[in-house]
Amino acid sequence: MGRTGIGSGIVSIVVGLSLLAGACAPPGAPGASQKPSGPLKVGFLAPITGTGAASGNDMINGWKLYWKTNAGNIAGREVQTAYEDTAGDVNTALTKARQFVEQQQVDMIVGPLFANEGLAVADYLKTAGTPGFYPIVSADDLTQRQRVDNVIRVAGWTSSQPHHPLGEWAYDQGYRKVLTICADYAFGQEVCGGFLRTFAGEKGGEVVKQLWDPVGTPDFSSYLSQIPGSGMDAVFALQVGADSVRFVKQWNDFGYKDKIPLIGGEVLLDQSLLRNMGPEAEGLISAGHWAEGRPAKETQDFDEAYLKEYNQLPSYYAAATYSAGLWISQGVQKVNGNTADRKPFLDAVRTTEIDAPLGHLKLDSYGNPIATIYVRRVERRPDGKLWNVPIQTFEGVSQFWNFGPDKFLKQPVYSRDFQGLPEQLKGLGLK
Amino acid sequence: MNVLRLLSMHRAVLVAALALAVAVPYLTTSYYVSIATQVMYFGLLAMSIDLLGGYLGLMPLGHAGIMGVAAYVMGYLVSKAHWGWPAAVVAALLVTLVVCLVFGLLAVRTTGIFFVMITMAEGMLVWGLAYRWSSVTGAENGIRGVSRPEFATLYWQYYYLVLGVFIVCALLLTLVVRSPFGLVLKGIRESESRMLTLGYNVTLHKLLAFVLSGLFAGAAGLLYAWYNQFISPSAINITASTEGILMVVLGGPGTLLGPVLGAGAIVFVKNILSMYVTRWPTIMGLIFIAVVLFAQDGILGALRRARVGRSRGESVRSQGDRAWDALELEAESSRSSSA
Repeated sequence: MGRTGIGSGIVSIVVGLSLLAGACAPPGAPGASQKPSGPLKVGFLAPITGTGAASGNDMINGWKLYWKTNAGNIAGREVQTAYEDTAGDVNTALTKARQFVEQQQVDMIVGPLFANEGLAVADYLKTAGTPGFYPIVSADDLTQRQRVDNVIRVAGWTSSQPHHPLGEWAYDQGYRKVLTICADYAFGQEVCGGFLRTFAGEKGGEVVKQLWDPVGTPDFSSYLSQIPGSGMDAVFALQVGADSVRFVKQWNDFGYKDKIPLIGGEVLLDQSLLRNMGPEAEGLISAGHWAEGRPAKETQDFDEAYLKEYNQLPSYYAAATYSAGLWISQGVQKVNGNTADRKPFLDAVRTTEIDAPLGHLKLDSYGNPIATIYVRRVERRPDGKLWNVPIQTFEGVSQFWNFGPDKFLKQPVYSRDFQGLPEQLKGLGLK
Repeated sequence: MNVLRLLSMHRAVLVAALALAVAVPYLTTSYYVSIATQVMYFGLLAMSIDLLGGYLGLMPLGHAGIMGVAAYVMGYLVSKAHWGWPAAVVAALLVTLVVCLVFGLLAVRTTGIFFVMITMAEGMLVWGLAYRWSSVTGAENGIRGVSRPEFATLYWQYYYLVLGVFIVCALLLTLVVRSPFGLVLKGIRESESRMLTLGYNVTLHKLLAFVLSGLFAGAAGLLYAWYNQFISPSAINITASTEGILMVVLGGPGTLLGPVLGAGAIVFVKNILSMYVTRWPTIMGLIFIAVVLFAQDGILGALRRARVGRSRGESVRSQGDRAWDALELEAESSRSSSA
């Protein structure tokens, strides 16, 4: 008796109230924007704990250094940055992004680190409308097949971008048969695909074997032992984080260094990892959109300032967020601090060109920088620190390389199933 | 007399809670509305875990994986195959049903730690598939663009959708645990061998409970995917499954309200306390230690004890625990004979 009473009571109340609720929407839509006069609020997403913590700290260091060395305000608005920890977790990143936009009503979001965080947050920002500036997240599709208008990669890059020229460079060095060993996840697959798209797909080089190791591989012996008998004349490798340190160490232990040519993808020998490497890394070659050993003034001044502030050389994470600071401040300057009108503000950022520590940067119409790409060699500085010195420079490299957006976007995003190899391109009718 | 008063009090509390839930979008900002939305779908997941862990006495460590099956199927169909949402929801729940049947057949043959291990393996299986099968699941970049039903695109509309689903599921679960079927589940928890001797088909009941629980987890998965409009492997990994169990333990296993309270507590600490305290995981850890030390029957148990304690001196659940101890020998012998 009692139970049915409660049940029907509840049902009638719910029905009644939801009819009432449906009739009139609650007031106050999210994302109410700031007045141009108040402080400029920046929500900065980075992992401060978890596997990405070291990179996350570099991101924050670079960003802080920009606002320290340059006045902490733009167009009369004080710049206030709030930092939130994503812990490298996509759900946490989403929650924090929501909190920034809906609770703190920030003018823009800068960050995060990982591709999956970046993609998820971009989807959220699409509905919220808040500008998102991504200096680090490099997932190709973010500015290719799945663009979000208000998310721009200021001072950012796509995973395959530096590796298109690297593939051609490798072929021009006389290498004809490569073996690849790349981390088996989207970033590793996009990096490897970028390299092979030009080396094999365009130039006609041969791929003797592709090895894929899971992220967090504790021991590379079983992979490295497959190299000598494979008939290759060079090895292309991409590992991330602690895996890179282990890989380079074992490469040396196996006696391959100086015997087998090793071509590294970006981040295999990033400054953040060189700090933990020794003589085993000296002389190794890789490509990237950041070279701390670049002699240009913008780079050297930044290196000096960073070294003085943090007693270490800047990694690409720090260089990118520093450059993003420069970029964004010029954009805000152009609209006289009026970031509340989002379209003019985003257009101002899109048309800004800067000479950053990374080199000369401007955006293509897809929201990704046309950048300078360096082929770099690890060298020892007089103070004993290792750094990457450019040995060849490619100016004005687009995310679409020389293919042009229309042709490039006909191919699928690089994955294990599509590595830009000649037969795969033929299968798609692209060659 | 007493029972009547208790009932009317329950009714008053329920009505007040419902009125509050309906009023939430009018009382606060969109951020807190989205937090409340989270509490409800995590609460639903926790209740589904509790149906097995609390009522049947078999704690599953892979329910985030089952939630993931529904979320991924719906996500794929909506965003990549461009199905309409009603068809995608039906398909997702059907696939979840089939997966639960298979997983259940494997799992219900075991008890205790073996059940935990096998459900963990099942959860990891789903996670591994989501992580590796990149052409379908997008690997760790996940599936994007899982658009919500067109009538629930705004945050408050979506809140009411989740509230509606939550209430319906909570009512259904209440009916289940109060039904003769639910009593059998409790009976199995207290003594499997006795239920066998009484002529109940214990395995069938366990399997049905597993499938039922999986369907509710699947519903939570659908709400989850729509909420973020995105689904990725990190949402369904073992950490997510463990968090579901923590919600149950924190709130009070063997009750339906408890897990919802537990979900509320965890979502609160993760989303709101973390705004003010950088080391919020430490606080969460301390809360768990406190619960394990001082309130083994969870928040709800502690609340009940505070109320009932004056007249009776001990909780219902701790009586149940003593019954457990008494039956331990029997359970032990039945396990060895079946092996």
